[in-house]
Amino acid sequence: MGLSAPRPAPARAAEPLPAASDWSFELIERYHEVIRQAAERHGLDTYPNQLEIISAEQMMDAYASVGMPVNYRHWSYGKEFIATEKRYRRGHMGLAYEIVINSNPCISYLMEENTTVMQALVIAHAAYGHNSFFKGNYLFRMWTDASSIIDYLVYARNYVAECEERHGLEAVETLLDSCHALANFGVDRYRRPSRRTLAQEMAERQAREAHAQQQVNDLWRTVPVRGEKAEAAPATQRFPAEPQENLLYFFEKSAPLLEPWQREIVRIVRKVAQYFYPQRQTQVMNEGWATFWHHRLLNSLYDEGRLSDGAMLEWMTSHTNVIFQPPANHPAYAGINPYALGFAMYTDLRRICEQPTDEDRLWFPDIAGGPWLPTLDHAMRNYKDESFIGQFLSPRLMREMRLFAIHDDDRKSELQVSAIHDTAGYRQLRQSLSQQYDLGTREPNIQVWNVNLRGDRNLTLRHTQYRDRPLAESTIEVLRHVARLWGFGVTLESVDNAGSVTRRWTVGALA
Amino acid sequence: MALQIIDRRLSGKNKSIGNRERFLRRYKEQVRDAVRRAIDSRGIRDIERPESITIPRRDISEPLFQHGRGGARDTVHPGNTEYLQGDRIARPPGGAGGSDSAQASDSGEGDDDFSFTLSKEEFMQLFFEDLALPHLLRTQIGDNPEWKSHRAGFTHDGTPNNLSIVRSMRGALGRRIAVGHAPRRALEQARAQLQTMEQAAPQGDADRARMLALLEEIRLLEQRIGRIPYLDPIDLRFRNRVRVAVPSSKAVMFCLMDVSGSMDQARKDLAKRFFILLYLFLTRHYEKIDIVFIRHHTQAQEVDEEGFFHSTETGGTVVSSALVLMRQIIVARYPTSEWNIYGAQASDGDNYSNDSTRCRELLADGILPLVRYFAYVQVVEDEQNLWTEYQQLAGEHANFALRKVTSPDQIYPVFRNLFRKQGASTWA
Repeated sequence: MGLSAPRPAPARAAEPLPAASDWSFELIERYHEVIRQAAERHGLDTYPNQLEIISAEQMMDAYASVGMPVNYRHWSYGKEFIATEKRYRRGHMGLAYEIVINSNPCISYLMEENTTVMQALVIAHAAYGHNSFFKGNYLFRMWTDASSIIDYLVYARNYVAECEERHGLEAVETLLDSCHALANFGVDRYRRPSRRTLAQEMAERQAREAHAQQQVNDLWRTVPVRGEKAEAAPATQRFPAEPQENLLYFFEKSAPLLEPWQREIVRIVRKVAQYFYPQRQTQVMNEGWATFWHHRLLNSLYDEGRLSDGAMLEWMTSHTNVIFQPPANHPAYAGINPYALGFAMYTDLRRICEQPTDEDRLWFPDIAGGPWLPTLDHAMRNYKDESFIGQFLSPRLMREMRLFAIHDDDRKSELQVSAIHDTAGYRQLRQSLSQQYDLGTREPNIQVWNVNLRGDRNLTLRHTQYRDRPLAESTIEVLRHVARLWGFGVTLESVDNAGSVTRRWTVGALA
Repeated sequence: MALQIIDRRLSGKNKSIGNRERFLRRYKEQVRDAVRRAIDSRGIRDIERPESITIPRRDISEPLFQHGRGGARDTVHPGNTEYLQGDRIARPPGGAGGSDSAQASDSGEGDDDFSFTLSKEEFMQLFFEDLALPHLLRTQIGDNPEWKSHRAGFTHDGTPNNLSIVRSMRGALGRRIAVGHAPRRALEQARAQLQTMEQAAPQGDADRARMLALLEEIRLLEQRIGRIPYLDPIDLRFRNRVRVAVPSSKAVMFCLMDVSGSMDQARKDLAKRFFILLYLFLTRHYEKIDIVFIRHHTQAQEVDEEGFFHSTETGGTVVSSALVLMRQIIVARYPTSEWNIYGAQASDGDNYSNDSTRCRELLADGILPLVRYFAYVQVVEDEQNLWTEYQQLAGEHANFALRKVTSPDQIYPVFRNLFRKQGASTWA
């Protein structure tokens, strides 16, 4: 961004923008224009914006298909839609004001029911807050390709529909079920996928299908390799040679019985999961960033005399609701509100830069008292939730939020308060909270361990326990899905810290 | 920076409809059960309402590899009011190692059952599917025509009040142009000739005679043109009205049922399903439908729906009593000129033996001439004298049919059979 401080605001406007409750396209454009100028003065770097006006039903449609404007058809999205619709109709839930899609141009949905001021809030929040995050954060830069995602989803929807026609709804549905069960284990955590356009994707698919099927994998190798080497291969030869953490990728490439179209569908689910992988890791940062910026931008508009007092009150009400954090003993408490935590952290970062205390200088010597804009920009670009909290959660914020950590060990009968917001507890508190957002500890660590190449082709997965946490009861169900993809029997071993197998699940080949 | 605002409100509503269909397909069994229950518990008239369906949540959950309860974990919470480091807290009930239950069920919905509402169309589709009928709604049955007068273009004759002046005058104008065309052209030519001759200054007698001839011709042509009538009787056009038969929009459905001791609840349910089908069938054809419920044992009685399906009387059975009452009601309230009358009778076939003959006579003479259709379903297999008597009728009357139904899955085939016969014979 390169701005070390916001550029000066223009002369105060003679009168505020109209805040009629009914929006019009002209009004939206005017609001957008002033918000854009404010964002520019703050150096926010964004994709071009595309605002789409949609109705409440369309919003629910979008909800149901994981927020994407197009997606392939699956019953689980139908379930989601029904649930959303029911909650909405009963008034249990307001719809989010916005959905924003990490694409280029960045698509933000504005609901037609919103008032003018709410549309302005959404524009500031989604079209500038989220948008700049999508463009700047390293995870998104590395893992997702904003320019091709919509194309890819169109391709996926058509391909799945084509498969449904050719192979039947049932076959496609069961396959998708199995893939969805493993979607979280279908992401590459360390390797960056290459960029592809729709045309490339189409062209490569056919070549890939043909090749994949030809590429008879080691499982089918019955003709002995000439020479003595084959005989000399140790009986304990492993396949795969190293454990693999991307289960779907492994099935796509190595499951012996999958048809080419099935491999392609596995690939589609894997790609979509990969696309969402950064979002799952940056919830606090992303929402916090967007919330911080709508707050900042709209306030600066107020300072310039662009917003009336009424408009301020209106969006402030929503803002306050969004960042409400009920305390742990509150009936409405359901964990830490990512909006609240994120917003508080960015706000606190700015404070550390502008009004550092001695404590801040001790904890954050490199940023305390520095320019706030580059500091926030750096924090947004180069972290994910886990590292962001680990790096920037300040003692003062811990005190303000009155955080405390609970240690829960199933071998003990009572819970223990392991740290509170005091000098002795800050570091531990910060570490615990940071780990709470680490996907690596939130999700069990399951990898492809071995395939019995010489025998029944049984697949062994290995779960490495994290702090003795067992797997949930649904494990056996998921294993059935694994067996369906693999085509032969599957065993899952759960290994504790000492390296010994504590539990084993086995599912035979599905008929 | 480019901004694009797109109004999507009009496009792509119900994008999730395909997903919803897939969802319903997957849980067809549960949904179907619910539909079945609904049919049993609903009144005939509100059978078309949307239906709420509930499915246990565990049946529709999607399994994932997740951490279960147990093991060690540290969680951070806001809003500390009382704790100090090292405090011990009793484990909240059910929370063994799993205090972050919000993570396990992220919607925070817990294990509530999953319920949703079927739309009317979906409900009807499933309802008919349950009875295995694909195309019921497209078949036709006879309708009692009413006449309605319609505009139908123009005719040459009619009464003066139907005279269409514009049409008539337009016709007259056209005729005048057409008929006068040839003489007018001849007239022009003659005049032009005359003029040329006058300018050339006539020199001999021949020329003078020629001019006179032309003058005479002109006079005759002018006369001829003048005689073309301004308005001729053949120009007259009258607005035409024709009478068209339109189906009567009113129908009355008589449900006759034996409620004697031998009709148990299961048999009544069979009968009820049959009545429901007939009702739905009629709703496709008529705007207004009356239903008359007549129950009978030894005596017949007009009752409401509740009393019809949910009361048990004991004693013998005299079927004719119901038929007599039905005829009385028709005569008193439902003139055949206005109403399409349908009768459906359900019984287990029990009857006083000498009454059955009377039933046949009553139907043949008193009722069948009045009704569009009369169907009799017997809900048991045995053929008693009522059945044999009715069977004689079936041969003689096209608008009478009888079938046996002994289990719910037979109802639709029987129903379709009953109505196809009628449809084929009168309205192709």
